[in-house]
Amino acid sequence: MFDFSIVTQWIHSMLTSFMPEGLAVFIECVAIGVCIMLAYAVIAIIMIFMERKVCAAFQCRLGPMRVGPWGTIQVFADVFKMLIKEIITIRHADNFLYNLAPYIVILASILSFSCLPFSKGMEVLDFNVGIFFLMAASSIGVVGILLAGWSSNNKYSLIGAMRSGAQMISYELSVGLSILTIVVLTDTMQFSEIVERQADGWFLFKGHIPAMIAFIIYLIAGNAEVNRGPFDLPEAESELTAGYHTEYSGMHFGLFYVAEFVNLFIIAGVAATIFLGGWMPLHIPGLDGFNTVMDYIPGFVWFFAKSFFIVWLLMWIKWTFPRLRIDQILTLEWKYLVPIGLCNLLLMVIIVVFKLHF
Amino acid sequence: MEIKKPVIKSIPYEDFKDNEYLENMVKQLNEGGTKVLIGCLDDLINWGRSNSLWPLTFATSCCGIEFMAVGAARYDFARFGFEVARASPRQADMIMVAGTITHKMAPVLKRLYDQMADPKYVIAVGGCAISGGPFKKSYHVLNGVDKILPVDVYIPGCPPRPEALLYGMMQLQRKVKLEKFFGGVNRKEEEPQKE
Amino acid sequence: MDDIIKIEPNELRTEMQKLRAEGYDFMRSLTGMDWGEEGLGVVYHLEKTATGENKVIKAVTANREKAELPTVCDIWKGAEFNEREVYDYFGIRFVGHPDMRRLFLREDWIGHPLRKDYDESLNPLRMTNEEPVDTTQYMEVQHDGSVIEKRETIFDEDEYIINIGPQHPATHGVLRFRVSLEGEIIKKLDVHCGYIHRGIEKMCESLTYPQTLALTDRLDYLGAHQNRHALCMCIEKAMGVEVSERIQYIRTIMDELQRIDSHLLFFSCLCMDLGALTAFFYGFRDREKILDIFEATTGGRLIQNYNTIGGVQADIAPDFVQKVKDFIAYLRPTLKEYHEVFTGNIIAQERMKGVGVLSREDAISFGATGGTGRASGWACDTRKRHPYSMYGKVDFKEIVHTEGDSFARYMVRMEEIMESMNIIEQLIDNIPEGAFQQKMKPIIRVPEGSYYAAVEGSRGEFGVFLESRGDKYPYRLKFRATGLPLVSAMETMCRGAKIADLIAIGGTVDYVVPDIDR
Repeated sequence: MFDFSIVTQWIHSMLTSFMPEGLAVFIECVAIGVCIMLAYAVIAIIMIFMERKVCAAFQCRLGPMRVGPWGTIQVFADVFKMLIKEIITIRHADNFLYNLAPYIVILASILSFSCLPFSKGMEVLDFNVGIFFLMAASSIGVVGILLAGWSSNNKYSLIGAMRSGAQMISYELSVGLSILTIVVLTDTMQFSEIVERQADGWFLFKGHIPAMIAFIIYLIAGNAEVNRGPFDLPEAESELTAGYHTEYSGMHFGLFYVAEFVNLFIIAGVAATIFLGGWMPLHIPGLDGFNTVMDYIPGFVWFFAKSFFIVWLLMWIKWTFPRLRIDQILTLEWKYLVPIGLCNLLLMVIIVVFKLHF
Repeated sequence: MEIKKPVIKSIPYEDFKDNEYLENMVKQLNEGGTKVLIGCLDDLINWGRSNSLWPLTFATSCCGIEFMAVGAARYDFARFGFEVARASPRQADMIMVAGTITHKMAPVLKRLYDQMADPKYVIAVGGCAISGGPFKKSYHVLNGVDKILPVDVYIPGCPPRPEALLYGMMQLQRKVKLEKFFGGVNRKEEEPQKE
Repeated sequence: MDDIIKIEPNELRTEMQKLRAEGYDFMRSLTGMDWGEEGLGVVYHLEKTATGENKVIKAVTANREKAELPTVCDIWKGAEFNEREVYDYFGIRFVGHPDMRRLFLREDWIGHPLRKDYDESLNPLRMTNEEPVDTTQYMEVQHDGSVIEKRETIFDEDEYIINIGPQHPATHGVLRFRVSLEGEIIKKLDVHCGYIHRGIEKMCESLTYPQTLALTDRLDYLGAHQNRHALCMCIEKAMGVEVSERIQYIRTIMDELQRIDSHLLFFSCLCMDLGALTAFFYGFRDREKILDIFEATTGGRLIQNYNTIGGVQADIAPDFVQKVKDFIAYLRPTLKEYHEVFTGNIIAQERMKGVGVLSREDAISFGATGGTGRASGWACDTRKRHPYSMYGKVDFKEIVHTEGDSFARYMVRMEEIMESMNIIEQLIDNIPEGAFQQKMKPIIRVPEGSYYAAVEGSRGEFGVFLESRGDKYPYRLKFRATGLPLVSAMETMCRGAKIADLIAIGGTVDYVVPDIDR
């Protein structure tokens, strides 16, 4: 399997050969930053396009067709338009916070995006408490949403933001618990390590029952975490027009819009990494021939295939299910998911202690 | 730069021929001419804008149901990039005034229009929005939204068929393709003099 | 022609209370009138739900400048909005009514438009924003019989009020609610109508009878056939015209197709309101098939202009029968799909069950007919109560649920689609031969008198009250809106519910705003 770190090391040695190391690291940081931003934008565009086509397919429609072949460059048109659309400043709004909010949301999203291990050796932020960092970074998003709702001077926005706050903070617990279940199984919090440990089978299979339960809880809670249907209360279109970003126009709205989609990808990517082996090919212990064949498929293909499969699953759910009500959302979390998650964690501990996993 | 004939992929140019207004506008714009770079940029921007006109979900009466039908499975305006019907006026690009506008609604509609971010376009859908339609003589009906908003495209009918709505929306696309963002000569109305 | 009992204003309340005690618990219609010389007044249509007996009562006040009548809104809750409407149209003030604001027009409107002496030039287009008013005026009777005016606040200054509509994706048009919230819970709800008030009733007074027909289609555009059927029936009844059996068959089939169309749209919109977007597209996909059938026969998709006085506009299309049969064969299995994708969904059930309960008594008192009333256990189907066209001869079940919640309202409509298909199946094969249009006089004049006819519209009883003076034009034409009682019941249903429930309740009550505002 191709190790991407060969490329990065080669670049590093080339740069250090003619400049001081500090400068080289600085240049590398900038380059990586730019790459991340680019990847972020590309993923966002793919996601938006995918969302439209997938939902069209579920709804007996065609989706974008006329702009580019099969509507492939439709999203670019949207981006161009969004970039030059007027950004309205609201009277009586808290202008500083109002303008700051979308950037906080996008910052949180990019930070957690850079945690994802795309392929072997292609990890940007990879250190021993990677999962911890991801959880922390993704929670910043809720601050942005609360600020957006608060500073907009709009009652719909405020209700949307409050709903969002209640919902995201609650569901973070379940996300954390289900990730913790896997951490118990792996005894590491480093993403690259987690993926490496799945070389002889993905955790979904290795951890069997508790891992399955954790996976389902993670999908539900993750869906709620990114405010997508059936948990899209903060921006419930038929209730609160556009929820916390009602008053945002132009690119500020675009940032919220993009962040929502990439967050979905991040949730799917994390699920793919910790449950489905990330970039690790499908390995079945004992079948060496099969495993070697699988190894010929590059790691990032595996990663993206898994992630987009989960994205597709979540989109399916979003377009089919009706929206929950705020009290039902909180009941689901506090009365069902959290207790189940806790019991599940206990079960996983027992399984690990008695070595009942594969 | 020569301003090209605005082309919409799905409808052959000949089908638009009857639109004298646009032909004249092209002629007028061609007279001045623009610089190459700016012209290219304008083309790009107009391509983006015209292919991504997000409508505001706004409907007062019968035409609104036909508007929904255009979005639904058989007609599906998502094909042309009208996909994302936004409920918040801040994020919408055009307002389809679908249905009768009454005296009580008129200030609300105006306010909605003012809340939209530039560039914004207005389509008057159906007889009521164009002239008051069958309710022209009523004491409480506004005789045409063009009395309060600058209308870009009129779609006649009571209510117009979905095909007519699509055609009208494409006429708007075509019109957007003629705009100049950098070139200066915009056809937008001049701002009223401040007192 | 109906017999009208005239009651003096000072005895009105006691007489009405007596009638209520006798069992006249359903106020079908409350119509404001301007009789010119005789004065202003109100016509009440009452019905005993137990026996179906009807009574028409009128009250007149001769004082045009300071017209006052006692209120009956504490006897029938449905009178509350209707009396506000009468105040708006005619300027009759109802003593004892707790909320005497205008219903449709702006607060700064001058004059009362349906009075015969109304001057239109007083009200040019006002482009100023309407200021929300938090107080209302009312008139109270003191112990000594004198009347004093009082003001009452609706919303206090420190209440968290949000404004839903008139431009809001879930209000199905341009209805406006002002909602006072406690967290997410609705404390109080104030309905503002009139954003699509087109003055149809006033316009009708200067149109000939065939011309008035065109406006009925645009009232409740999802019940275009039924509305027009009601007006045609009323005029035919007044002129003593019997339409042939073929016309009755066609009208009945068209009415039922329209009902299916409307209920499919109801399903779509409800799903969209609750966030299940895919189901929305399913409903619209199948609705297009009905529209195709309509189009082949009538030439219109949404607004068909099909019924005429004494017949229908055009003969049915040659393949009409086959197409309808095909459609029914297609829809039956598809409905199962609907139930699979939406009804069976646990979230959908949780969102609707036990939400927005309307008791049977309230439903009758508000006059909330149609699916809403039947979901509350009130068998209010006009097709059964006062059979018209072919409904007396076909065999169908009246769907009645007793829970009165949103889920019951939803299920009533879904089951009604099945019943409608049953009705059509019984009729479609035996459409008799004959002309599709009775020969009528070139100029239609209706004999003097007042007439009331009602059909079961897609969302309740749609009634037409016609007062004629023997002219080419109606003297007064009033449409009993199916939606007005429904929105007047919204306060009762929504109080204490969550703001998301408001959307679910509004979706299941299924009002069409142009029908409310007229």
